[in-house]
Amino acid sequence: MSSDFVIVLTAIFVSTASALLGSFLVLRRMALMADAISHAVLPGIVLAFWVSGGERATAPALLGAAAAGLLTVTLVEWLTRTGRIKNDAAIGLVFPALFSLGVLAVSLYFRNVHLDLDAVLYGEIAYAPFNTLEAFGLNLGPESLWIMGGLTLVNLLFVLLFYKELKLSTFDAGLAAALGFLPAVLHYALMSLVSLTAVGAFQSVGAILIVAFLIIPPATAYLLTQRLPVMIALAVLVGAVSSVLGYVLAILLDASIAGMMATVAGLLFGLAWLFSPVGGVLTARNRRERQRREFAARLLLAHLAHHDRPVPAREVLEEFGWSPAFLAQAQQWAQREGLLAGDPNGLRLTARGAALAGERP
Amino acid sequence: MDLLAGIFTDYTLRNVALGAALLGLVGGVLGSFATLRRQSLLGDVLAHAALPGICLAFLLTGTKAPLILLLGAGLAGWLASLLMLAILRSTRLPEDSTLGVILSGFFGFGIGLLTFIQHSGDSDQAGLDKFIFGQAATVVGEDVLTMAVLGGVALLLVGLLYKEFKLLTFDPAFASSLGLPVRGLGTLLTSLTVIAVMIGLQTVGVVLMAAMLIAPAAAARQWTNRLSTMVWLSAAFGVLSGVLGAVISATRENLPTGPLVVLTASLITLFSLLLAPERGLVWDWRRTRNNRRRIRLERLLLDAHVLYNHAELTPESLAQRRRAAPARAKEELEELAARGWVTGRGERWELTEQGHAEAHRLEQAMRVLPKALNPRAEGGAGGAA
Repeated sequence: MSSDFVIVLTAIFVSTASALLGSFLVLRRMALMADAISHAVLPGIVLAFWVSGGERATAPALLGAAAAGLLTVTLVEWLTRTGRIKNDAAIGLVFPALFSLGVLAVSLYFRNVHLDLDAVLYGEIAYAPFNTLEAFGLNLGPESLWIMGGLTLVNLLFVLLFYKELKLSTFDAGLAAALGFLPAVLHYALMSLVSLTAVGAFQSVGAILIVAFLIIPPATAYLLTQRLPVMIALAVLVGAVSSVLGYVLAILLDASIAGMMATVAGLLFGLAWLFSPVGGVLTARNRRERQRREFAARLLLAHLAHHDRPVPAREVLEEFGWSPAFLAQAQQWAQREGLLAGDPNGLRLTARGAALAGERP
Repeated sequence: MDLLAGIFTDYTLRNVALGAALLGLVGGVLGSFATLRRQSLLGDVLAHAALPGICLAFLLTGTKAPLILLLGAGLAGWLASLLMLAILRSTRLPEDSTLGVILSGFFGFGIGLLTFIQHSGDSDQAGLDKFIFGQAATVVGEDVLTMAVLGGVALLLVGLLYKEFKLLTFDPAFASSLGLPVRGLGTLLTSLTVIAVMIGLQTVGVVLMAAMLIAPAAAARQWTNRLSTMVWLSAAFGVLSGVLGAVISATRENLPTGPLVVLTASLITLFSLLLAPERGLVWDWRRTRNNRRRIRLERLLLDAHVLYNHAELTPESLAQRRRAAPARAKEELEELAARGWVTGRGERWELTEQGHAEAHRLEQAMRVLPKALNPRAEGGAGGAA
């Protein structure tokens, strides 16, 4: 396997695993919890690193970080429940504190890797601060592939097996609880998987990309559809496209792979925002324009139906107070539809146009 | 003490402490408004969004003058906030997802630009990445001056528009009915938050900036219900965490300032949450525990009262009635005895005068409710007679 292939495949695994869970996070309005968790896994990784005596050990790191992630969720929920602090402020309190602890521990006890702390965020160097450095190539690629492939599978199974429960508790938590679906258990299961995915990805691609992949593709899909299965599928697709395009772009520009993947994901979101068939900004504007034009054209037809002779454009403009450009647009539409005929003396209805105008609504 | 004196004598420490204190001051003041307006995480988004601004400013101008880079950061943060508002207004995407998209998208782009600059071989670029985690030790006098000017402008504007901001925070609908430009004021407040972020980039960095806007304000909120007091307290907490964090980080080598400032602020918040008068959680817990204990004792007394009046009050009978172990029932009787409500020894126990009075009072108190809730109960009984 070439290293390019390994990197892109790992990224696709990360994006797929994230998109599966992220779709539910976005719908449950817990997107920022993903941000908090992905930062808070740092102290968990540091702790595991310390416990295992400085060895590069995958299992303790996964467990430690998952525990840190759950700790974050629990702390945020506890703070919110006390009623003293609002939910968003609680998130903003917990994760910087935990992240600070992580940074502090790295600077204090793992001095020689101090500078590599940025790698935690860049993520191009796997196992960011703790390893004898290796290029992100053949050596490491397969291992991250194993981790992320496994996590993707686990997440996929979780979503498939508990799809009905997840859907119900996401859209109507009250009903889910009343029917005995234990939404709280499901909630913590989801959060545990998010933590696990975050730390698995943390090791292979860094913290920014996790947040980007957990939130941006599902948010993009959210703009494109109103159906949950379609949304999840689209989110996975957007994630995969971002992975491939981001990698190509990173190679072309010699820039951070994770950064460019996040950038592409952001750009795709922007495209969806502008051009989505359901409520995209430009789509909506175009539709409004078209409706305005069509309405004007029908008005014009009705007006012309009252006259036996062709009406000069000047008279129409005076009558409706339109700008000449707007009249031209309406006229163009009506002519293309075969309702209006050009005439040297002015505007004249075709037979079809007269029939349409004569119709009683 | 030597350390504190160091603030005045040691040039580096003085600059670091001043920078952190300024950040705490401005962050505390603007954070108060942001948290009350439920926009706590806006600062986090603005900070992350600042990174591409810094990189673009460097790419376009080729300088590393702090003011230029900070202006780039501010501009990018400001753009991000406008984009966020536009998305919020035009789609049904939930607010937190919108924040997340802007945050990670801009930050990813920033990281991309940063690595692009680093790999382009320009030796001038070294140090741009200090903005991610902050590197307070690199703060020099010139930077402090820049921060002071920026912060001064922000604080001056808050001072001048305090009344308007207060109204905007608590009752935007009323503010709008008074003819205040609510949207403009909101944008201005957000722009001032951008300034706070610009001040914090060098000291605590992009990632931890959120805490400097949230923690002091959240701590101050616990101590008071008045906005003016809260703003002052929040500023004071901010300055305190800034200075303490800077001083602690100077005690040893390799102690990064930013995380220490953030941890100090977090500890102040934790302390306030637990122990602030009235709102403190500890007082809450104590109240709950006392109530629980009182209610348990009262129910115990009522049980004893019933047994004493209609049967025998012995540890066995009490245990049976309360479905508990006899040994436990004995302990409970002793608890009642300690209050002077029952007397006795071994098998035979009786209620004291005081115990009767208390049980009677409780029964009366309990009787009020059923009557009030179900008036027919009394009438029905009367009618049947």
